Amino acid sequence: MLETIGLERIEDLFEPIAESLRLDRALDVPVALDEVELLDHVGALSRRSRSAGELVCFAGGGSYDHHLPPVVKALAGRAEFATSYTPYQPELSQGVLQAVYEFQTLVCELYGMEVANASLYDGANALVEAVTLSMRSTKRAKVLVGATVHPSYLAVLKTYTSGLDLAIEMVGAGDDGVVDWSEVDAGGAAAVVCGYPNFFGRIEDLGAASEVAHAAGALSVAVTDPTAMGVLASPGDLGADVAVGEGQGLGNPMSYGGPYVGLFATKLEFVRQVPGRIAGETVDADGRRAYVLTLQAREQHIRRAKATSNVCTNQTLMAIFAAVYLGWLGPEGLARLGQICVRRSAFAARRLSEVPGCEVAFAGPHFKEFVLRTPTEGAALARALAERGYLVGPGLGRWFPEHANSLLVAVTERRTEEDITGLAEAIEKELAG
Amino acid sequence: MTGGSLERSAGTRTTDENGFPLIFELSRPGRRAWSLPEVKVDAPELDELIPKRFRRAHPPVLPEISERDLVRHYTRLSQRNWAIDVGAYPLGSCSMKYNPKVAEEAAALPGFASLHPMADDSLVQGALELLGTLQEALCEATGMSAITLQPAAGAQGELTGLLIMRAYHEANGDARKRVVIPDSAHGTNPASVSLAGYQAVEVRSDERGLVDVDALLEVLDEDVAGLMLTNPNTLGLFERDIERIAAAVHSIGGLLYYDGANFNSIVGVVRPGDMGFDIVHLNLHKTFATPHGGGGPGSGPLAVTERLARFLPAPVLAFDDGAETWSWDHDRPDSIGRIHSFHGNFGINVRAYAYLRSLGPEGLRRVAERAVLNANYLRELVSDSFPTKYPGTCMHEFVATAKPLKQHGIRAMDVAKRLIDLGYHPPTVYFPLVVEEALMVEPTETESKETIDGLADALNRIAVEAIEDPDLLHDAPVTTPVRRPDEARAARQLMVRWPAS
Repeated sequence: MLETIGLERIEDLFEPIAESLRLDRALDVPVALDEVELLDHVGALSRRSRSAGELVCFAGGGSYDHHLPPVVKALAGRAEFATSYTPYQPELSQGVLQAVYEFQTLVCELYGMEVANASLYDGANALVEAVTLSMRSTKRAKVLVGATVHPSYLAVLKTYTSGLDLAIEMVGAGDDGVVDWSEVDAGGAAAVVCGYPNFFGRIEDLGAASEVAHAAGALSVAVTDPTAMGVLASPGDLGADVAVGEGQGLGNPMSYGGPYVGLFATKLEFVRQVPGRIAGETVDADGRRAYVLTLQAREQHIRRAKATSNVCTNQTLMAIFAAVYLGWLGPEGLARLGQICVRRSAFAARRLSEVPGCEVAFAGPHFKEFVLRTPTEGAALARALAERGYLVGPGLGRWFPEHANSLLVAVTERRTEEDITGLAEAIEKELAG
Repeated sequence: MTGGSLERSAGTRTTDENGFPLIFELSRPGRRAWSLPEVKVDAPELDELIPKRFRRAHPPVLPEISERDLVRHYTRLSQRNWAIDVGAYPLGSCSMKYNPKVAEEAAALPGFASLHPMADDSLVQGALELLGTLQEALCEATGMSAITLQPAAGAQGELTGLLIMRAYHEANGDARKRVVIPDSAHGTNPASVSLAGYQAVEVRSDERGLVDVDALLEVLDEDVAGLMLTNPNTLGLFERDIERIAAAVHSIGGLLYYDGANFNSIVGVVRPGDMGFDIVHLNLHKTFATPHGGGGPGSGPLAVTERLARFLPAPVLAFDDGAETWSWDHDRPDSIGRIHSFHGNFGINVRAYAYLRSLGPEGLRRVAERAVLNANYLRELVSDSFPTKYPGTCMHEFVATAKPLKQHGIRAMDVAKRLIDLGYHPPTVYFPLVVEEALMVEPTETESKETIDGLADALNRIAVEAIEDPDLLHDAPVTTPVRRPDEARAARQLMVRWPAS
């Protein structure tokens, strides 16, 4: 091959790089392992962490131990999806394009919206994009955020918009763990952001938040857990203009926080402000139905500095996982999932409240998680419970010093009555300690 | 030697006006795949727990389908898709190399895939050690001092780097106003610049396809926060004047940002830090061979020099030498803040780690050598049919032009579509914008000589066909489930979801 090129040595290929710049040594990185050694090595590393397979997982806060149907990985994990690139050549990409089109439809159905994109990095980034869409659509530079929105999402919003001229105003919550939106004045705001359900698992009055937003000419933005959409009214039903959320719970493993899938949906009137890729239906040269990436003039590779977002690579494969999962679940499965979450978490809330010194911090309707107030520091209790085989939390102290003696408890369809009773007993023993 | 071919299962090539069915069209009331437990606990009914105004009145229209039909639908859909596991994928700038299966196995281990992101640090020591080792190796490979694995993709790495650039200048009393990018840059660069609150200024390429240093010097002043550079650039050419460029940017107090989209061509050969860069992002889904998933997920780690380390997104990974434990350090007062809900695309970082460990130092350098060798070899084989504008060796990719065929009524897109019929995924077309009728070709290091010879034969054959039988190209592709979808119609008659009713 070198001969064809007309060179003598491999080194000659790097002629354009000044010799003084080139490394005169090998990189100081770990030596190569063969496949047997590599699997032994990563296996040993894997065993040095305590997974949700080993601990009974009641942890929440934006990542949940939901059931992962084997069929989802078997299909969405197929190499034809996993090892393909962005569908720039539609003739060779109908599989991904149609799967994304189906995903967009499913997200619209869950959230009661008219258009969804092909995914964003995660829930936090979806919220950022909802806020910047609102800023562009209203030409305003202020946003009202409920204090019960996931604190990491808020942190990401602050970071992302730190170079923009945006004022982020927090709206405090009451003793019941929800914002009293009826008292809020959204004058001058581009958007009102409401967690639904919120970080404490409480079901916020999204309808009231939407009314407040619309009265001031602002957009109503809902941060919504998609697994709740079998039992809770959709954001669209409650007046939201943009609905975003974390799609991890839809068939994706917890995987220490990623790769997840940011869901983003809105009304058709904002379609030209939507960030990222959108698959659209069309016909081919022979009149057959076909799918393509559409409205690309919004995107960075066409519009460059004036694009709606800088997003390019997204989380398409995780979106396909979510689409297959929702196909597996169907409307009845989604309703059942929601019923289990609501009723088993209510059972867990009551059972854990019976532990001396413990109580549910915020009374009122919850979806699948709740805040348990305990006599000791929440994060420390979570650490101690891991020793007893239970993963709970996070403790709230890092974000809410006033709630340092509290932690989140999430109950998915994987948690049985026995698990819940076991957790209650473990907490009781630990506190009696 | 030909590449792969798209499997067409029964029914995919239909003349039915509805074409291949959507999953919603397979739905029949009452069918189900799901299997979930009963509620089975003594708790009040739903109506007592959730007020009516929060209850869903109409269920979402999800498909009702058996597991068997679900399997067939998505299996057939997958067969309507090209992939690295199907055949060669020489998309320029995308580094579509083979993704080793052992990395998938690693990422699926329960001690990685089943970890909750907010589990106490003491419970996830194995995962943190893996991340720590990966961070150290990436710092070494880039010549940087500190790194964050939070960015989920290259564009997010870019924004992170630009916000660090802003934080650095603000700490020096002035955020500055502009960031310079070459005219051959990826679209994410100017988009990220805008999002970071800066104004993007373009600097032109010269007749060598490299940054025009004189033009650069003209736009550099003390309002310039920095320069974003992809090196080798999107023409597949190494910026020979990099030391002069770095000195010029530093002389006005600016910072030099390295876009790692093409890092695979220099890994182990030269390090961005040694070229003078201050901030570097990598695309692990390119250089470190993690699967691209039809458009994502990726991972876009962002590395910086010592003086910028304090601005990295919080939390950062810390190692306690005494206790020999890893932990997340949240106490970072100068940090630009968090940019991901949790710790970035951890599962992708595990795959990149497995790739890194399977290569070692010699293997990493071999990646660059073979990527550059394959690109130069292919360029030579097709140079008569599809010339390149710029002389000298290219790096891991080259940008050829289909301009000579224009007189026969053939465009770059026609070449691309015909290549599909010959069993190859086409190169990137019409990018970068600085080359007319651009064909941006990146064979990658993982394709064999036989495959590259076959690809060259196909391209040369197309150049002949363009003259002798141009309709063959205009009609292409004819072997795919659909042909030349109408993109204008897609935008004009917008259908972005299946209409449920």
